[in-house]
Amino acid sequence: MKRKLDAFPYLLLIPALVLTAIIVAWPLIETFRLSFTNASLRPGEKYVGFENYVEIFEDDFWEVIARTFVWMFIGVSLKIIMGLIGATLLNAALPGKALFRLLVMPPWIVPVAIGVFMWTWLYNGQFGMISGVAQHIGLLSGPFEFLAYKQSSFIATIVTDVWVGTPLVTLYMLAAMQSVPRELYESAWTDGAGRLYRFRRITLPLITPAILTMALLSAIWTFNSFEIIWILTEGGPRGATTTMIIDTYKTAISRFKFGEGAARAVMILISMSIFMVIYVIMMARTARKLGAQA
Amino acid sequence: MINKYRWYEKLGLYAAVAVFLAFILAPFLEAFLVSLRPLEAVFRSPYRIITEDMSFASYFNIWVTVPGLPRYIFNSLLISTAATLLALACIIPAAYSVSRFNYRGRDLVLGALLGVNMVGATVLIIPLYKLMLGLGLLNTYWAMIIPGAAFTVPVGIFLMRSYFMRVPKELEEAAYVDGASRLYTLWRVILPVAAPGIVVVAVTVFLSTYAQQFLFALTFNSKDELHPLPIGLFAFFGRERVVYNELMAASLVGILPVLIAYVFLQKYIVAGLTAGAVKE
Repeated sequence: MKRKLDAFPYLLLIPALVLTAIIVAWPLIETFRLSFTNASLRPGEKYVGFENYVEIFEDDFWEVIARTFVWMFIGVSLKIIMGLIGATLLNAALPGKALFRLLVMPPWIVPVAIGVFMWTWLYNGQFGMISGVAQHIGLLSGPFEFLAYKQSSFIATIVTDVWVGTPLVTLYMLAAMQSVPRELYESAWTDGAGRLYRFRRITLPLITPAILTMALLSAIWTFNSFEIIWILTEGGPRGATTTMIIDTYKTAISRFKFGEGAARAVMILISMSIFMVIYVIMMARTARKLGAQA
Repeated sequence: MINKYRWYEKLGLYAAVAVFLAFILAPFLEAFLVSLRPLEAVFRSPYRIITEDMSFASYFNIWVTVPGLPRYIFNSLLISTAATLLALACIIPAAYSVSRFNYRGRDLVLGALLGVNMVGATVLIIPLYKLMLGLGLLNTYWAMIIPGAAFTVPVGIFLMRSYFMRVPKELEEAAYVDGASRLYTLWRVILPVAAPGIVVVAVTVFLSTYAQQFLFALTFNSKDELHPLPIGLFAFFGRERVVYNELMAASLVGILPVLIAYVFLQKYIVAGLTAGAVKE
């Protein structure tokens, strides 16, 4: 079957490569180029060097970067915790498990935007359910508009993001838990190990690689999250939920400042890359540590 | 038996399940309750879960107040179906190539695909906007279909590859011995065997494009008759007062086709989500 310079496998790649070249690769290069220009909706653009970048940092851009990472970090941590809880419950030998699994998925099935529409109502201070129920049981003394204050809107957008992301993490964690060999549990059980001990000493170490992989994927998605914040707050109030993605979209699309928007997009790519490099190094170190223990 | 629970353990587990599901399902439940309330009951304080004046009136009114609703639902399904077909046309040959052949540059292709996966669509929105403008695709279905498909291709290739790798090599070799061409072999021998995998990939791609229609439609389309469901309903927020009961009724009606399909296709969705977790 071996031939010299076989073209067939390359030909099979063409459709995928053409599509990604047009929709991802070229726009990526173009974003870098635009970030050094003063491009806008008007035709004609000229090179301005690093002017856009200088201008960005004259604003409160460091704050936007920090906010983005805090937003992402809290969101991803909560999703992993929720996912582990959900997967542990789904993994327990309980009657009715199939129904439970069916009911966990809907936030991931429905369009993200539609789910967020529902949350806008839940967060309504005057008439919404959360404020209403909290007042009823005495947690709040009066109406509370969750999306009107800096801190509460920051938390509210995270909660909705966690809601959207939890089903996927749950199922992924469940698959990882189910791949742990049963014999390990059985022999530990014969030795008298309790449930909690088995979880800590068998399940957790064995699914740590899956947790780390999922956390990385989840971090990428959470970082790029757009519509949740856009629909709930459009980045407000007073910028409290303006992440780098929202900030870029506002600059580029709402204000048509393509050049400056591109510079902000490039900053996203740079921040993301730095984060990924640090993460992968730490992941490799953890994997080695786990390997040494085993 | 290792998995026997004592009664209080069982009680605790079910209580935990209930709390977990309450978080997941509360928005849907509240959306349904709001859709049943007349507007003056929606905007009434203090909050009450059940009121006497509940009815299905909103479900009849939405067809008049949101005349575009059937069109939005159709558009959403059309855009995602077209995006899925386009994505599959790219995914299947590419996944077959990287799973079956050993050649120079293959690992580079796989690495590049992983890299592409990290770039969110919003980051590239400016050139994409210019691209759609330049190609004359703004305000057409294509402006929502093509980018929607492109961003699912990398994940799709990796997913499809894991299914192709399970198809035994002997199958192709037997076909080659019989004198079949390689394209014919892929089409008539491999694809039927890999069909369950293709269904999983198709369902996964469909759902991710369906979930992510908001950004492209918001940015590249301003024609109302082409809007997918999320953007069609987003118009509710532009009015002086959000008519929440009808918004929720329209939302629930709009997602019903996909929720029903989900109940039947659950097996494939779960397979698509969890493939890879096991082998890490």
